Amino acid sequence: MELVQMQKSLQDYTKSLFLEGVLDSQFLQLQQLQDESNPDFVSQVVTLFFQDSDRILNDLSLSLDQQVVDFKKVDPHVHQLKGSSSSIGAQRVKNACVVFRSFCEQQNVEACLQQVKQEYYLVKNRLETLFKLEQQIVASGGMIPAMELGF
Amino acid sequence: MATTSTSTGDINKTKSVEVKKKLNVLIVDDDTVTRKLHEGIIKSFGGISQTAKNGEEAVNIHRNGASFDLILMDKEMPQRDDGVLATKKLREMKVTSMIVGVTSLADNEEERKAFMEAGLNHCLAKPLNKAKIEPIINNLRDA
Repeated sequence: MELVQMQKSLQDYTKSLFLEGVLDSQFLQLQQLQDESNPDFVSQVVTLFFQDSDRILNDLSLSLDQQVVDFKKVDPHVHQLKGSSSSIGAQRVKNACVVFRSFCEQQNVEACLQQVKQEYYLVKNRLETLFKLEQQIVASGGMIPAMELGF
Repeated sequence: MATTSTSTGDINKTKSVEVKKKLNVLIVDDDTVTRKLHEGIIKSFGGISQTAKNGEEAVNIHRNGASFDLILMDKEMPQRDDGVLATKKLREMKVTSMIVGVTSLADNEEERKAFMEAGLNHCLAKPLNKAKIEPIINNLRDA
């Protein structure tokens, strides 16, 4: 694939993530913090997000599997996931966490956990694809085009 | 040998224009990702940062003699008012640093008020970005 075509594909793919609400403008803020002195900033932050989220979702699943669920232990996990997803602009994960916390208080959370997991695996998959597209462009000697929310 | 004469005043003026104060910031948040984001933001302004995972750690860092130009303080870490208690404690310890609360609860007026009354200088809504913190950092540099 030609470099120009790859760059266009990346821009279109990134745009689709914003249009679907998978990412919000906070992700652009993240990209703006990446420069020559901090060239891998976005992938570092997102990698941390993946590591933390995998752990949190595992802990949440274990907590909800108990015969007697301690909801006071469940809420801090969801609070943390809400915060970290908000920090990177993973809008739908954040929103799913907000809903989860409402249900947590009513002690009706199994469906909410599934929704959070669904949204998390979606954004994880999409961001991994985004990074692969970027790597292909860089490997071909090209520059990553800047993204602006002009749509 | 020819010498160029330069007045001491010119040299000092040049130095003061070139040297920007490097802000020293303490980032207090229980979330790894948020700490990393805030570190990146501070670095983008040419500042340096240290991190703490909760209020107790933040207080202990000060007990060990450290001081900062700016403290970014989360509210729930994960206990609901951990940041509020830490802010109160730091002010009791006569810490005069600018303390900025950074919380997802910034829109809740009661929670915001309680956090401000603990001794904050400002309270910003999460997620933090450069535009939100820039006026505060500029004021610190100008002070």
